[in-house]
Amino acid sequence: MYGQGIAKGMWVTIKHLVDTYLDDLKWWGRRYTDPAVFPERQGPHTRGVFTVQYPEEKLPMPERFRFTPFLVVNDPDAPEHPSHIWCTSCGICAKVCPPQCIWIMRGVHSDTGRPIPEPAEFYIDIDVCMNCGYCAEFCPFDAIKMDHNYELASYDRTAHHIHDLARLSKPVSYWEHIAPTLAANERAAREAEAARKAARKKSAPAKQQDDAK
Amino acid sequence: MSDVPTQEEALAPADVLIEKYPGAVSKDTREGYEGVVVDAGKLVEVATALRDELGFKYLASATAVDYLEDEYFEMVYHACNVDTGGKPLVFKARTARAEAVLPSLVSVWPGADFQEREAWDLMGIRFTGHPNLRRILMWEGFEGHPLRKDWQEPYYEEDAKPFDSRWPEGHVCRAEQLNPYGMNVRYPPGFIYDGYESVADDDTYSGMGVTFDEPPGGIKTGRLVVNIGPHHPSTHGVFRMVATLDGETIEDLHPVMGYLHRNHEKIGERNTFLQNMPYTDRLDYICSMSNNLGYALAVEKLMGVEVPERAELIRVLMVELTRYVNHLWAIGFLLNDLGAFYTPAIYVMNARELILDFFEATAGSRMMCNYMRFGGVFADLPPTVGGRPQLPTDVFREYETMAYLKDLVYEQMPRFVDEFDALLTQNEIVISRARGVGILPPDMAIAYSASGPLLRASGVPYDLRHSDPYSIYDEFDWDIAVRYNGDVYDRLMLRFDEIRQSIRILQQVVPRLEATQGQPVFSGRRAYQVRVPAGESYGRIEAPKGELGFYVVSNGSPNPWRYHVRSTSFINVTGLGELCKGHKVADVVAILGSIDIILGEVDR
Repeated sequence: MYGQGIAKGMWVTIKHLVDTYLDDLKWWGRRYTDPAVFPERQGPHTRGVFTVQYPEEKLPMPERFRFTPFLVVNDPDAPEHPSHIWCTSCGICAKVCPPQCIWIMRGVHSDTGRPIPEPAEFYIDIDVCMNCGYCAEFCPFDAIKMDHNYELASYDRTAHHIHDLARLSKPVSYWEHIAPTLAANERAAREAEAARKAARKKSAPAKQQDDAK
Repeated sequence: MSDVPTQEEALAPADVLIEKYPGAVSKDTREGYEGVVVDAGKLVEVATALRDELGFKYLASATAVDYLEDEYFEMVYHACNVDTGGKPLVFKARTARAEAVLPSLVSVWPGADFQEREAWDLMGIRFTGHPNLRRILMWEGFEGHPLRKDWQEPYYEEDAKPFDSRWPEGHVCRAEQLNPYGMNVRYPPGFIYDGYESVADDDTYSGMGVTFDEPPGGIKTGRLVVNIGPHHPSTHGVFRMVATLDGETIEDLHPVMGYLHRNHEKIGERNTFLQNMPYTDRLDYICSMSNNLGYALAVEKLMGVEVPERAELIRVLMVELTRYVNHLWAIGFLLNDLGAFYTPAIYVMNARELILDFFEATAGSRMMCNYMRFGGVFADLPPTVGGRPQLPTDVFREYETMAYLKDLVYEQMPRFVDEFDALLTQNEIVISRARGVGILPPDMAIAYSASGPLLRASGVPYDLRHSDPYSIYDEFDWDIAVRYNGDVYDRLMLRFDEIRQSIRILQQVVPRLEATQGQPVFSGRRAYQVRVPAGESYGRIEAPKGELGFYVVSNGSPNPWRYHVRSTSFINVTGLGELCKGHKVADVVAILGSIDIILGEVDR
């Protein structure tokens, strides 16, 4: 019968419309206040309205989420080397960066003039960055990580879009806060590596003596 | 095809050619290269024999490579046999760099039309006998051919990344300072900007002028040239169609593209192999996962690395989810073009959101996934999908990954597809707008190198996942979706069929993912620079929109010597003009929507 297809389609839209009201009734008054409701109305079983009320509601980003990079430094109240930057200015991030948005000035010792494992200057052009995450993936020192803060709007693109060392540096506790599991895994890997190195150092002198004999 | 192999079938097609044309066809003997080299004078003859006698009716890809040191250009063709499937036959033709001329193959395979125009535009090879050899991505009046190895862009820095200026002495400056807005175009020597009148469109319009017919005793009618686009919602981006109208009827139609052109391939040749991966995301930005896979396959073929089973499973999972997303998106916007204003599109976005959440938790980004690596994937599936709360205002949800996937694959996705099918596919208005419109007969689909849903809706059961299996698709049980009318309606319905097959594959992937938990997802050492042996490779996959190929030539250095994308959307619009002829203006929108193009991929 002509019109059956239209009626069938209309039935689907009506069902959707009714579902939104049923959903409202189900969470009567608690829809936007009760935190337990959110996973229900934003998950695979959702039937009602699917919207997140940004900016009143904000979704936290998953741990692997990558926005722009930042540099990891020790906490200011750390017992050893407070605020020490982890970056050794080895340049791997600058070399692997696809759009070449990382600029590093290698640090030099003020007396000897020799390179030291610390950046003198570090810039990331946020306008050029393509958020690919390679710098964080290939950094051998866990010194550069991808930030989760995606609200970077500013008034002047000529002045604020090249992030310098001061703007890029964030304490390690911040990284542990936004990506607890990843940070814990990385810490465990670093400690295992340090233990392995220490064990090798211990055995190395003994071996040298053996060789001397 | 008969079961008893004849003398010719027993021989490989390349050997048949060598035997038949001694002297004109020879094996490509360079290390790491395959296929045959054909003498330029015999190219059309050999191609015709290939099509008519050996059954290679389908030209998958045609592209040019600049061998600067050896002073020649090489045109590389990949031809396929759509009846039997299997590997493509590679044949090449060479021409001197100084006077680059080759015979055109448009008379043999009309699908070579746009690809040869692209080779002329970017590489500067003249094709004799091409009916319409104009620039296609750059504008008329542009100086030089940008893919030539000795062509440098304005404010050129270096041939290959990484640039020396970044480390260890990185004196930062804004990109805009080097490349000032409005000053970043280089003009030919002696060019005076004042009073310059663009001739770019003269050729497009020539022969399409306004004319009047006045049959004796009849009504006076006129023809009109109308530009549809480039800024028009129905073109899905910046895409222009120049149409000659006789009343409401299309008499002739030329697609005009290149508004989003950024010379992806030149950027790719400046990049290292690994640096190209995030750039492939930006080709077909709805399907970044499948772009990643195509490129990874091409480079892995050269490197000869094995991919662990779990990584293959995750790749199939990601690519099939992408197919689901892409087809829903295509259907949603096709219906939008047909006048079902945004309701279906919004329903689709709702369903897509759940997949994007999964991509975000796994790869770190919703659309620009950058997930595949040479030898596996970036990381294993995360334990949970969703995020933990960080601010007091954060609303959060967190689901166990495998439970989330099972919910999607066994319940939410099939349910949504059925509901979406009920919404509009039986709708009488949609049927009357879509049935019998834009019919693409099978022989024409093959001749125009159409691929993907466009080809299969015309009754050609050619799907690379079956015909030339890659990854682990041969381990799953599924069918090629085919429909036979080749009109807009069949293309619409075929996408539903494919989604259902994708869900079928996904339902076989999920149990195997559970069984392989904890296994490695990457083989080899993770390094920021990969060693790729010299040679050529063509990696192709059945992307949601059709055959997506990456042709990569390595000379052993960290950067690819040639990096070419056999872009699905670009080649699928080759036949658009023919498809639209004789239809009404409103149907053009439906036909374009049913081809499903993404301008990021058309213009590259």
